[in-house]
Formats: sequence, structure tokens, C-alpha cells
Amino acid sequence: MPEQNHPKISLLDVTFRYADETEALRKITLDIAPNQVYVLFGPSRSGKSTLLRLLNRLSDLTEGAQVSGRIALNGQDIFSPAVRVAALRRRVSMVFAIPTPLPGSIRENLTYGLRMAGATDPLMLEERIQQSLVQAALWDEVKDRLDHSAMALSGGQQQRLCIARSLALQPEVLLLDNPTSGLDPLSTATVEDSLYELKRSYTIIMVPHSVQQAGRVADRAAFMLDGELIEEGPRDRIFINPTHERTESYVTGRFG
Amino acid sequence: MTRQQAQKIAVSAITAAAGLVVLPIVLVIVYIIVMGAGAINWTFLTALPSEGMTEGGIMPAILGTVILTFGTAIVSIPLAIGAAVYLAEYAQDNWLTRAVRLAIVNLAGIPSIVYGLFGLGAFVLFLKLGTSIIAGSLTLGIMTLPVVISTSEEAILAVPQRFRMVSLSLGATKLQTIRHQVLPQALPGILTGMILGLSRAAGETATLLFTVAAFYLPRLPQSLFDQTMALPYHLYVIATQVPNMPLTIQYGTALILLLIVLSLTLVASVVRTRVRRRREW
Ligand SMILES: Nc1ncnc2c1ncn2[C@@H]1O[C@H](COP(=O)(O)OP(=O)(O)OP(=O)(O)O)[C@@H](O)[C@H]1O
Ligand SMILES: [Mg+2]
Repeated sequence: MPEQNHPKISLLDVTFRYADETEALRKITLDIAPNQVYVLFGPSRSGKSTLLRLLNRLSDLTEGAQVSGRIALNGQDIFSPAVRVAALRRRVSMVFAIPTPLPGSIRENLTYGLRMAGATDPLMLEERIQQSLVQAALWDEVKDRLDHSAMALSGGQQQRLCIARSLALQPEVLLLDNPTSGLDPLSTATVEDSLYELKRSYTIIMVPHSVQQAGRVADRAAFMLDGELIEEGPRDRIFINPTHERTESYVTGRFG
Repeated sequence: MTRQQAQKIAVSAITAAAGLVVLPIVLVIVYIIVMGAGAINWTFLTALPSEGMTEGGIMPAILGTVILTFGTAIVSIPLAIGAAVYLAEYAQDNWLTRAVRLAIVNLAGIPSIVYGLFGLGAFVLFLKLGTSIIAGSLTLGIMTLPVVISTSEEAILAVPQRFRMVSLSLGATKLQTIRHQVLPQALPGILTGMILGLSRAAGETATLLFTVAAFYLPRLPQSLFDQTMALPYHLYVIATQVPNMPLTIQYGTALILLLIVLSLTLVASVVRTRVRRRREW
């Protein structure tokens, strides 16, 4: 495998301030290797979503915010003027907590990103539709109604559609911000299961719904608290044998 | 008096007030239909006026109003949508934005006769367009701007933020997001505002007075630089300036004008409810 030894994403001394001076991230330094599920967990307001939004520069939309430090994707600075934001967002694709299908059919949802990037070849689009739906474990359920409204799907199906919609872009990194927050246990399990397949082709950075979920899906995890990275490491170390007392009390449920 | 009685009386009073609001519109419509329906026949709708307007039809006035409404749409819609998109999606909170907003509020408050004078000065005389369809359309277009801008901006702001986020996160540019997500979702609201603005323009008299309307022109306009008759002004003329004008012709003209304006309003509310139903996902 290429680049196995190089981090997919690396952060160096990243600090992020909102316009109101809230320091949502403080000097975060972190390397994320490819083809794994990397989990960012911690109590509410610890800066997890802020960090995810930085990675594909959705944070550009927050007016008055300030970033310092360096974030690199495959070694290239994502804030360099040479980077086109739209292209970056196709390479590092975000799935939000609340499933948000765009108005229109399932097919239109899946091809939206590609069409905006100028793709027109119907064969290629069809192929991507099928591929991404299979990967998101949704193909069997929707293959006969691709032209029906995406809004008519159940919550769990909508969330898998949103994942498939990102996958259709064949991104390098998939950002999942609490993707199972609104889902029932069965749909949650389906989404979690699909992660095992997905990480073979993608690097997945995920904010989990709970510590339990973090423990189930993570290859590696980072514990965040008040904008700081307390510690990070392989799953077993973080969840069974953490170094920091605060990590331990959080994973054992004594606070948070 | 018990609390229940007070309640009952209050509800009756409120219901009565609501009913009273309906009364004038019903009376106006019924009265005009009763007085004017007799005048309406094929000749009235399709013939040129004759015998100093006391005979024949009002076709040039109907056509003039239709043309002017289209002209107004062509002038105001692109400008209004552009301005609304700017205000809703791009405007920073600075003096320029505040100035634009203040201008819109004030444009909305200017009496139409003043628009007419402005049109006369700016388009008819200064740009030398003459009293013409084009001068009238420009003037009516500007007059319609505030309504269309405000309703369009509201419709654009009503599009939930999360659709913009999703679109951008899938690699669409801001412009693509506006074009493919925001505007289609705001379209019903924009259409409603447009149609309401146009129906107001269609009924406008004072503005036409100086910029486009012909007192009596028993032929059809040949170009955009021609004058034209228009229903509201024609109505004013036959009701006040022509001796021995048969009443039925006056009310018949009023009825046609009313039908045009009401059907525009009706289209607007149909569009609105249609789409509201589609939105219920
Ligand atoms: N748009 C914003 N403007 C100002 N402050 C913000 C904004 N978004 C988040 N914050 C602040 O930044 C800090 C980190 O928020 P963030 O949403 O990243 O936390 P989180 O770890 O994702 O929390 P949760 O688990 O509740 O989703 C919080 O103090 C929050 O109040
Ligand atoms: Mg969050």
C-alpha cells in the first residue's frame, strides 16, 4: 500500500478562535494514518465538530474566525493559496449529524457533487451511484426507486444516503460528525458495520455518539477536552488502559 | 358577567371584525359585476374604440396593459432577484448594505405620481425615449422593485442553512449553491412576490399618465417606442373626461381590469399553496 507510513492528515499546533474569542481548539498536534477509523471523542463543547469542519475548510464559512498552525493533507497545506476549496471538499467529504438529503430524487442526491464538478458522462454517473450505494449498504433497499424523492426514505436510510452521496465523490477522507445521532439501534448497527468495509478504501474520521460507540468502531482515538487534545493512541490503550486520569474517568463514565 | 360570557362576546366581536374585512371586497366585486357584466361581449374585448370611445371595444387598452405588465416584469425581475441574492447571501453589515436597505424602504413609500414625474424626467425627456411603452415599463419596473426585492429576500433567507452547508460540503461553489439549491427552493416565494408586484403595476394609473399612456389611440402600438392605451388610465379617462359616456362601458372596463388583477393574485396564491403542500416532507 502506498503512503502507508505517511499520515493522511497531519495537524501541527492548530489553534482555532471563533469571532467571540472562544478558543475552540488549542495547539492541537495530531497525525492521522490512512485507511483506519480515527475517532475524536470527548464531552460536549470540547471542539470535535470545530476540528472536523477545519479539515475540509467548512470553517471558512464562520465569519471572523481565526486559525493558526498547519493542517496538511498528504503533506500539502490545505490553507495554501494553491488549494481550491471546492476541490478540497470533494477530497475530504463531510457527513453531518442530521441527515440532510437535498430536495430531489435519490439519484440527483448521489450525483450532485459530481455534477457540480462538471461530470456529465451518464455511464460514469450510473457506475458511481451503484458503487456508492453498495458501499453504504443501501443498494438493495433503494435500487428500484432511484428516481423517488430522497425525503421519502427513513431516517437511517437518509443517513446512509448522505454517506453514499459523499462516497460518490470518491473522497480520500470521510468526516462523520455523529452520524448515528438520530438513528434507532438497528440503523446505527448498519452504519457502524459499513465502516469496516469503508475503511479499506477511505480514511474515516468520526465523532461518535457515545463512548461505547467510540470503543466499538475506533482503530485509534483521540480524547478532547475544552479544546485541548488530552491524549490519543490505539483503541485498546485509550479505552482499556489510558494514560491520563481525565481520559480514564471519562471512558469509565465517571464524568462527561 | 361570567368569564365564559365575556369569552363568548369577545369571540363574536373578533369574528364580526374578520367578517367585516371580507365585506368590502365582496361588495366591490359584486357591484362591478352587476354594473359592468352587460357591456362584456366579443366586440367589447376585441374591437378598437370608436365614436370617441362611446362605442366599439377596449382591445388596445387590454393589450397595452398586458404589454406593460410584461415590460415591467422584464425590467424588474432580473434586477430584483440580483439585489435580493446580494442582500441575502453576500451583503456584509456595512454602510453600503444599510444604504441599499434604506433605499428600498423609501422606494416603497414613494407615491406613484412621483414615480410618474421621475419617469417623465429621466426616461421620457432625459433619455429621449418619449412617451412610450419602454419608458412606462422602466418606470413601473422601478416602482415594483421594492416589493419584489423584499419578498424575494425573505424567500431566500427562509431556505434552511443546512442545504447551503451540504451543497458546499459536496464541493459546490457558492454561486452553484445559490443557483442549484437556494434559488429553486426560494422560487415559489419569489414568484409570489413577483406576481403581487406585477398585479400592482397592472392597476397603476398615475405613473402611466406621464410616461406611456395615450388618451385615445384607436390603433395598436407598432413598437416599444410607441404610446399605448392602458386599462387603468383608459378607465380614468372615460369616467371623468368624456361626456355622455355610457355607464356600462365604464363598469365593463373596470370589470376587465379587476379580472386581470385578481387572476394574477389568484395565480400567486395557487403557486404558494401548491408549493407549501410539496414542502411537507
Ligand atoms: N459558530 C460558532 N460561533 C462561536 N462559537 C462556537 C461556534 N460553534 C461552536 N462554538 C464554540 O466552540 C466550542 C467548541 O464547539 P464544538 O461544536 O466544536 O464542540 P463539540 O465537541 O462538537 O460539541 P458537541 O459534542 O456538543 O457537538 C464550544 O465552546 C462552542 O460553544
Ligand atoms: Mg459537535
